[in-house]
Amino acid sequence: MKNSKKFALLGTNKPLKLDSGKNLKNFKIAYQTYGKLNKKKNNAILICHALSGDQYAAGKNPLTKRPGWWSKAIGPNLPIDTNKFFVICSNVLGGCLGSTGPKEINPNTKKKYNMSFPVITIKDMVNAQKMLIDELGIEKLLSVIGGSAGGFQALQWAANYPEKVVSAIPIATSFRHSAQNIAFHEVGRQAIMSDPDWCNGDYINNKKKPEKGLSVARMLAHITYLSEEAFQRKFGRNLQNKLSLAYGFKTDFQVESYLKHQGQAFVDRFDANSYLYITRAMDYFDLPSQKKGGLENIYKNTPVKFCVISFTSDWVYPTKYSKEIVDSLNNVGANVSFVEIKTDKGHDAFLLDEKEFNETVKGFLKATATKVGF
Amino acid sequence: MNRLDFEIIKNVIKDNSRILDVGCENGDLLKFLNKGKQIDGRGLEISQKNVNICVKHGLSVVQGDADKDLIAYPSKSFDFVILSQTLQATHSPEKVLNQLVRISKRAIISFPNFGSWLVRLKLLTHGVMPQSNSLPHTWYTTPNIHLCTIKDFKKLCEKNSIKIEQSFYLNKNGKQINNYFKKTFSNFFSTSGLFVLKK
Repeated sequence: MKNSKKFALLGTNKPLKLDSGKNLKNFKIAYQTYGKLNKKKNNAILICHALSGDQYAAGKNPLTKRPGWWSKAIGPNLPIDTNKFFVICSNVLGGCLGSTGPKEINPNTKKKYNMSFPVITIKDMVNAQKMLIDELGIEKLLSVIGGSAGGFQALQWAANYPEKVVSAIPIATSFRHSAQNIAFHEVGRQAIMSDPDWCNGDYINNKKKPEKGLSVARMLAHITYLSEEAFQRKFGRNLQNKLSLAYGFKTDFQVESYLKHQGQAFVDRFDANSYLYITRAMDYFDLPSQKKGGLENIYKNTPVKFCVISFTSDWVYPTKYSKEIVDSLNNVGANVSFVEIKTDKGHDAFLLDEKEFNETVKGFLKATATKVGF
Repeated sequence: MNRLDFEIIKNVIKDNSRILDVGCENGDLLKFLNKGKQIDGRGLEISQKNVNICVKHGLSVVQGDADKDLIAYPSKSFDFVILSQTLQATHSPEKVLNQLVRISKRAIISFPNFGSWLVRLKLLTHGVMPQSNSLPHTWYTTPNIHLCTIKDFKKLCEKNSIKIEQSFYLNKNGKQINNYFKKTFSNFFSTSGLFVLKK
């Protein structure tokens, strides 16, 4: 499965109206596709990536030279089987891998947006994806699948375009950002913005990069993506390349080395301003507030088939939030399945090769495909 | 393995029905109904482990408890709701029964008959809590906390103005009883009963 640089130029005739009230014209959405669209065009699946993800869900990521972030789930004979399905994954609006975002050029000013990029929301991202799907000539998606912030998008898709999606699989996600979610994001943003190399967002023109800030933001976030048990199982109190404590402040413990590596690897592939914008979009996510009567009114009479999946050790978006989504869907008689998967791998479990998770996605998609008739 | 009452349930259910199987376990009945019937089937199951098995098989199932979670469903949201061999294990059978007829156009309920001659005989001759195919547990491990007889059940329906539209009686081999005499005295001759209810 090969990745190539694909993007769509959107909003050329009609601008994208953002939640903030601003309009976005002539913007790019970078995307990848895997598998083949069938003649009836009814086998298309949209994958929505999380905060730090990108359009390279499968195959090899050309930037990192490593396998795509969901290459364990997307591919021939894998749960999201590219022999059967046409899989689309786009870089979110505000992202930094080719879609229009803070580091791209504003066509009006011919200068980089930086902090003049409008604040965007999950709904804006979804509306941009909808324009892409229209551009690709797809009438209806077989499924919209996403974990974490990708799950927000899946829920938003089902809310805004119920006639355009047969099913949705929101994974390890929630219907709104909690105070704790916002709190963790704010620490990350403060780390970036307190880095002198951030230059009020204008670091590229100043030939600088807020590496330290972005790396600290990632280290902190990464702690939340794992569980206490997973950290203990992986690292315990093991020392890094030494037999005894060094009585200093350099790396003593393996867990420190691991986090530093995670931070550095992130800095190499991610734009700090994009991190600010996407975390903000996540913090603004509050699906029930979008309609009077909340989730139940949003999904009243929905034709969408849902499969909600959560993980026992996820403390970013714990199971109780998935349960609330499921209860609301049940209350309006929607077709919903709910699976909680036992694992100690925490929030990031959806990215890893969890057997039960894979089987759930595979089974649900198979049944959905049968319903549609292929 | 098909349970005794599956065939009867399949015959009662009409094509293109929306169905909720309450206490669907690992989805055997839903899978059985999916074969040869056009249905929109859902399940409610108390064990998350069973739920996961169901969803893997492409069934729409959520984790939940019949005693607590039926209240959430809108009225008449299903053509049929099925409670197969579970009523006697609920905490409040009367409340569950009323919820079942509220959320569905028709409720299909089956349960082991504690009035069967086998049960009566065992208690009479042995003086211990009866065990049988339909009541396999010991008194100290049984989930069946509200056992009843067919007569008891009919009285409960009457009390709640629930109409029994169809009745089926099964003998100890799981065969449907068609003998007129035995049907008349079903509370004595059948080991379990299956009823189609409406309110």
